[in-house]
Amino acid sequence: MRARVFVTLKPSVFDPQGTTVAEALHTLGYAAVKDVRQGKYFELEIDARTADEARRIAAEAAEKLLANPVIESYRIEIDTNAAEVAAR
Amino acid sequence: MKFAVVVFPGSNCDHDAYHAVKHVLGQDAAFVWHKETSLGGADAVILPGGFAHGDYLRTGAIARFSPIMQEVRRFAEAGGPVLGICNGFQVLLEAGLLPGAMLRNRSLQYQCEHVFVKVEQTDTPFTVACRPGQVLKIPIAHGEGNYYAEPDVVERLEQTRQVIFRYTTADGAVTAEANPNGSVHNIAGLCSEARNVVGLMPHPERACELAIGSADGLAVLESAVKSVSQRAVAAAR
Repeated sequence: MRARVFVTLKPSVFDPQGTTVAEALHTLGYAAVKDVRQGKYFELEIDARTADEARRIAAEAAEKLLANPVIESYRIEIDTNAAEVAAR
Repeated sequence: MKFAVVVFPGSNCDHDAYHAVKHVLGQDAAFVWHKETSLGGADAVILPGGFAHGDYLRTGAIARFSPIMQEVRRFAEAGGPVLGICNGFQVLLEAGLLPGAMLRNRSLQYQCEHVFVKVEQTDTPFTVACRPGQVLKIPIAHGEGNYYAEPDVVERLEQTRQVIFRYTTADGAVTAEANPNGSVHNIAGLCSEARNVVGLMPHPERACELAIGSADGLAVLESAVKSVSQRAVAAAR
């Protein structure tokens, strides 16, 4: 099973990289892009029987290592068909 | 007195710290590889600057799991003086031995320059030989030194006098211009609640000889010597 973990800075934390990317997009003429938040993306291949179990393991990994709870928050998506998709 | 200088894969200021302690201060010093499980009877521990474990994931995030860190934690909890310099400070934050976290510098640039930091508190093992309010000229060299903690945490740090170094002008004024990285409240260095664990982004070990621009950093390392000898005298009584 594959877990996708998205780690981003908390809304209260200033993101200088995201702000710089937003400014660059404005320079390119994308005035419609109001804000950019930059983050990290992880794909975890997890040996789990159920989606809930995979989610629990991914959440633990995010809490303990992938995200720093002082400045970051995370979101998890579970893809139960990941192995089949990869095999195709 | 004996200093242990911890060496992580990617540490690159370990030799600077060793040189300052051994050859400038004339104290005993030993390198301790991160896989070790003993600090070798050291009286003080330095976590040096550099890029431990390549700064992968986040600065200091992987170094926290190095075997020696369990021993550093035990040493700190027993009241032993621990100094984290630059990347060492980032390791202490990730290990939870000091509160808060580091963000990318506000400029997004790696800042490498001499700055001025004011000694705000002198009741820690790494500031006891400084004068209160003393302004030190010390170099910084980092890309992620923008100190951040939630407002209530920062408020508590101020109340408990845990902010011990602040970026200032040469005459000690706390201004936005004197802040090289965007750190909240111009924070350059902190101590733990018990005051024995200290982390700072500037490099005192690189400012110990006038021949290389400044000897102001010597006071930080001399403080450790003074503090350890005071503890020994107190213990003997």
